[in-house]
Amino acid sequence: MTTEPKIVAFTCNWCSYAGADLAGTSRIQYPANVRIIRLMCSGRVDPTWILKAFELGADGVLVSGCHPQDCHYISGNEKAEERVNSTKRLLRLLGLETDRLRLEWISASEGARFAEVIKDFTEKLSRMGPTPFRSKRGV
Amino acid sequence: METRMEDAMAKTNVRYCLKCGKCTGSCPLARVNPEYSPRQTVERAILGRKDQILRGKGVWWCLTCELCSERCPQEVRYPDFIRACRIEATAKGIEHMCAHGGMLAELQRAMTSPEVKQDRLGWIPKGAKVSGTGDLLYFVGCLPYFDVIMEKIKPDSVAIGQSVVKILNRVGVTPAIMPNERCCGHDLLWTGEVESFKKLAKLNMDEIAKTGAKTVLMSCPEGYRTLKLDYADLFGELPFEVVHTSEFFSRLIDEGRMKFDKSIDRKVVYHDPCRLGRHLRVFDAPRKVLSSISGVQLKEMERSRAEAMCCGVDAWMCNSNSKQMQIERLREARMSGADLLVTACPKCQIHFRCVMSEKLPKSVFPVPDEAKIDVMDLSELAAKAMGL
Repeated sequence: MTTEPKIVAFTCNWCSYAGADLAGTSRIQYPANVRIIRLMCSGRVDPTWILKAFELGADGVLVSGCHPQDCHYISGNEKAEERVNSTKRLLRLLGLETDRLRLEWISASEGARFAEVIKDFTEKLSRMGPTPFRSKRGV
Repeated sequence: METRMEDAMAKTNVRYCLKCGKCTGSCPLARVNPEYSPRQTVERAILGRKDQILRGKGVWWCLTCELCSERCPQEVRYPDFIRACRIEATAKGIEHMCAHGGMLAELQRAMTSPEVKQDRLGWIPKGAKVSGTGDLLYFVGCLPYFDVIMEKIKPDSVAIGQSVVKILNRVGVTPAIMPNERCCGHDLLWTGEVESFKKLAKLNMDEIAKTGAKTVLMSCPEGYRTLKLDYADLFGELPFEVVHTSEFFSRLIDEGRMKFDKSIDRKVVYHDPCRLGRHLRVFDAPRKVLSSISGVQLKEMERSRAEAMCCGVDAWMCNSNSKQMQIERLREARMSGADLLVTACPKCQIHFRCVMSEKLPKSVFPVPDEAKIDVMDLSELAAKAMGL
């Protein structure tokens, strides 16, 4: 079993996905532990998907959207924040560290910041070790 | 436990169907959704149209409330038949109705991991006496999870657990509570995920054995049914007794250990949860608890006890039909002359509260004022009457 952490990142189409893209086109190096899923808006993230990601063996989940007041859909990122907070409460009940779920605001111009977030998150998750669900799946 | 439609047909008397249609006439769902018919489903099964059943929507619509089998002259156990069909459909990979975006099922699946160490005891009231082992185990169920998932309608489900613990302490019992209790698996079983159900059942049985409990107390009728019937079906005779809070309280009243010193001056009507009532035939115990409380005027709905109408949802698979049924039931509660609806199931309570706090505009989904009534759990009311 590998100890490399796996991160599932839900990024919004308008800011964070573009930010990740900029990190790529600017050739900024960051750990290859992240799997990005692009959504139209961070507010589209359903707590079910976050739970499912963990249940399928993710060690961390990143939800990333436009900065506050900057959402392409006006208030989608506020909804994302609300949902992430309630999902954290569920994770705590399940006995998972709430830091495994992270919410970040990354704009389309912040490629370096995206790389920084992934780097930092990967390091933190490596220290935390695998989740109890990961061994269940053997991934 | 039957896992294939054909096996279920042999065991659930489906072939004895007389096509009288009493089931469809009784079905609370068929009243609001004319597309649904238990009689037709049974007929299709007899004609061998298996694919039509397994791939149809009807198999997921059934509320498994057992009102049809209650009235069936041939004792066809339709809900058990439906459950087997769901198990087979799931095994075949047929996608089904997703309850709440699949969130609750996902949580339950997550709990099947043996290494999960939950942190779920935050609700226990300060100063309450609980322990890790003991003769009496209180199986809390998913109450702490409900409070987070159903946050918007403020279900305050943990109040049920808090009331139970306070009552137990008052009568001198220190209950054992499992820090890593898992979902009983009811919802997964009734949505066809039998393998995950078996895992949860095994893990829970191991945890219960560790506490050394001789009695397992349940405040959730679905969990009660699952442990008492389905775990027993899986593991043979259980090494402990399973009781519901209403039965336990009624015993305490008989022994003179439970005394209600506060008067509650309200007109109360009791809603029979289908798992507690028709599935396990507990009708008198909750009524006895209610009538022992001074000041309580106990009313009855037109359809009560074995004839009680379902709250409209099974395993969280809710839709507009459910809402219509809930309004119908709440109206009935008000028509009984009561001002407080008491139920013994945390899920019934959530479903009723949900429809009453409907946010859709009245032009789209009208919830009439005559369908609004206070809802409370039996344990909460009992705790209030004891001054807790």
